[in-house]
Amino acid sequence: MTYSAWIIITASLVGLSCGFIGVFLILRKMAMMADAISHTVLLGIVLAFLITEKLSGAPMLIGAIIAGLLTAFLVQWLHSLDIQLHASMGIVFTTLFAIGVILIATSVGNAHLDVQHALMGEITFIPWNTITLPLIGQIPQATALLGATLFVVLFFIVAFYKEWKITSFDPALAASLGIPVLLMHYLFMGLVSITTVASFDAVGAIMVVAMLITPAASAYLWTDRLSYMLILSGGFGVISAIAGYFIAAWIDTSISGSMAFASGLLFIVSFLCSPLHGLLSTYRRSRHRKLSSHTEKA
Amino acid sequence: MWSILLSSNTQWVLASTIILGIAAGLVGSIAYWKKQSLMSDALAHASLPGVVISFLLIGEKNLLILILGAAGSALAGSLFIQWVQSSTRITEDTAMGMVLSIFYGLGIMLLTIANRTAGGNQSGLDSFIFGQAASMVRFDVFTMLGLACLVILVVCLGFKEWKLYLFDASFAKGTGLSLTFMNILYTAVLVTTIVIGIQAVGVILIAALLIIPAVSARYWTHSFRWMLVLAAVFGGASGGIGTFISALGSGWPTGPFIVVTAASFFTISLIFGKERGILVRYIQYKLHQKEVHVRKVNTHPEAKGAK
Amino acid sequence: MKDAAIHVENVSASYRKNTVLEGVTFQVQPGSLTGIVGPNGAGKSTLLKTMLCLHPALTGSVTFFNQPFKKIKKRIGYVPQRGSVDWDFPTNALDVVTMGLYGQIGWLKRPSKEHKQRAWEALKKMGMEEFANRQISQLSGGQQQRVFLARALVQDADIYFMDEPLAGVDAATEQAIMTILKELKMKGKTVMVVHHDLQTVTDYFDHVLFLNGKVIAHGNTNHVFTKENLAKTYGGSIQWVKEGSQHVVHSIE
Repeated sequence: MTYSAWIIITASLVGLSCGFIGVFLILRKMAMMADAISHTVLLGIVLAFLITEKLSGAPMLIGAIIAGLLTAFLVQWLHSLDIQLHASMGIVFTTLFAIGVILIATSVGNAHLDVQHALMGEITFIPWNTITLPLIGQIPQATALLGATLFVVLFFIVAFYKEWKITSFDPALAASLGIPVLLMHYLFMGLVSITTVASFDAVGAIMVVAMLITPAASAYLWTDRLSYMLILSGGFGVISAIAGYFIAAWIDTSISGSMAFASGLLFIVSFLCSPLHGLLSTYRRSRHRKLSSHTEKA
Repeated sequence: MWSILLSSNTQWVLASTIILGIAAGLVGSIAYWKKQSLMSDALAHASLPGVVISFLLIGEKNLLILILGAAGSALAGSLFIQWVQSSTRITEDTAMGMVLSIFYGLGIMLLTIANRTAGGNQSGLDSFIFGQAASMVRFDVFTMLGLACLVILVVCLGFKEWKLYLFDASFAKGTGLSLTFMNILYTAVLVTTIVIGIQAVGVILIAALLIIPAVSARYWTHSFRWMLVLAAVFGGASGGIGTFISALGSGWPTGPFIVVTAASFFTISLIFGKERGILVRYIQYKLHQKEVHVRKVNTHPEAKGAK
Repeated sequence: MKDAAIHVENVSASYRKNTVLEGVTFQVQPGSLTGIVGPNGAGKSTLLKTMLCLHPALTGSVTFFNQPFKKIKKRIGYVPQRGSVDWDFPTNALDVVTMGLYGQIGWLKRPSKEHKQRAWEALKKMGMEEFANRQISQLSGGQQQRVFLARALVQDADIYFMDEPLAGVDAATEQAIMTILKELKMKGKTVMVVHHDLQTVTDYFDHVLFLNGKVIAHGNTNHVFTKENLAKTYGGSIQWVKEGSQHVVHSIE
């Protein structure tokens, strides 16, 4: 397979996993939690690197999940001590992130683990770093990781679809029906963490937030059905990823930045033109209502 | 180790981060009561494209111009958040996350281009991401000091107006205080603090300097006045100590050290704080439980309400 | 007394430093329809939440048919306040009602045709069948409340807790809901309702529980809904108490 094909496949996988997870992020009103986790995952990666001295799949994933869950737990804990939710997030993620950056700057050295790289992602290097898998053959490591992540994400979303739905919509009812709301919360945070870390190589820590939130927010403007919203969000994620790649190639700039930017463009289009909740249609509807009430009066 | 302190450049840098910390503590307290803690994070990220665009336009690194650019794009970001959240069913939380990441993505796109063009690498624009206080030249320091002092002045002079505005906006309106004006003033001091902070602390971590000292201060006092004072002290101390530590190593970023210092103050406050610190709270809870228990025994538990 | 449907013994609960409930003790007989009344901040919602283990209790115990909540969860239905959920959630009325069955459906299984059918019947009972496929944000306040009630019906519980189901609904919905509540009572179900409108207490409920931090009075509405108890609960400061209690006395006669 060609070099660009691998990049496009990798980017699409990022778009799909992030798109699916993002839907529940925004429905659970936890968009900023994605921002927090995407930062603290860096600490998990750094610690995994310091312990194993390798930047490879399994330890990195474990480090990321631990860091993500630790973030979720600390935020929840501070919030329970009545610190505003957003302030708790702000305290936890900046602190853990700062510790990560300090560890990189002081003990890791820039040779193996580069903050810049972790923050920006470098999808152009992905096709060079391959592994050989049985049956599939040689594929880039990051792509394999993303494929596995997508599988895990899809599995959990499909298997617990109705539980995600009820715990997002009405956690009190879910709890009274005996669904373990807190466990589902941490499971979800775990899914956000692995999606984030798997997307790190491709889009970096901050742009992954764009891929998580924006396609889902766009989809939220197009439909009132959860299942359609998931499909649309995944689709928008893929479109943003691929469009971002071509924009970057066209004006020769950062691919991950362009992907975030493309997802933003897609949102603006949805924001203005969506037939259901877009600005234009809302405007037209309100005008229509005004006109018809006028005629009624007349 | 102490020789670093003697260098006059370090002294100036230290002074500017201390003043920055004080300003951030004050403005952060206001942001906390406006329940907009993470707004500073979103706006800081949103300022990146403005910084790069103004650099690309004038072709050199002039802090004042970069700050103007940063302020412009941060304001654009805040307006966009307002607009999306008021005209659709998308919540503020989501809108903030989008603005944060999309603007930042745009900033990175432009930064890559700026670094590619001649002289871009010397621009030191990269230091805007993590902050490099040591890289500031004298002019930058003066700009920062001046603006930070202005922010402090605005907060202190308008103390009672801020108090009214935060705690009882409708009453404030009744007394003839213009809420629109206060909103604009608030946005102005917030954005100013953020953009002067990104040079020293960086776009990613400046939010910490606004959030952490303010929350720490809450653990020591119930009075708004003392909260402001304490937040300023915590902020200033974090700025100073963090900068000092980062100056000990070569090429160590300033921002993370400032944040970790602030976080240490927070941890101490969280545990030992005299108002609702964990220790105090635990003791209160135990006393309370005992009290309820005692009362229960005293009142003799007959099924008094039941028929 | 032993076969009480609900047995609350010395329950205390607090929000931070403030004790909201203190030494709350009462028993509710099966097949009764109880209105919980009391001023704002009296702990009405907290009482429901504490009984359902949604809020931690400082002391005391709650049992349902002599069993703790954990063991009997499936026989209890809860209708939270309408404002407690986000009505912009992308789902329709039928789906919300089906959620009441998620506990019975169990893990890893989808709601079947039969489940959907039951949900639809519950909606129909509330007169909402034509709105089954309507997005929930497009329903009026009263319609949303009916959906919530349909969701509770479909749970087919033995004990129901409802938090202000009649707040801010239209007259038709209020009637529809009261009809259903009385029907539930006829079937021998036990229902406790947080209620805010004192004028209708005597018409709607056969039992009433006056709450203000602790139980002021509890029992048969005809006996307990008196001027004295109203004054004790509301501190006598409300203008309404004077006029209303006359109405009450009248209705007792």
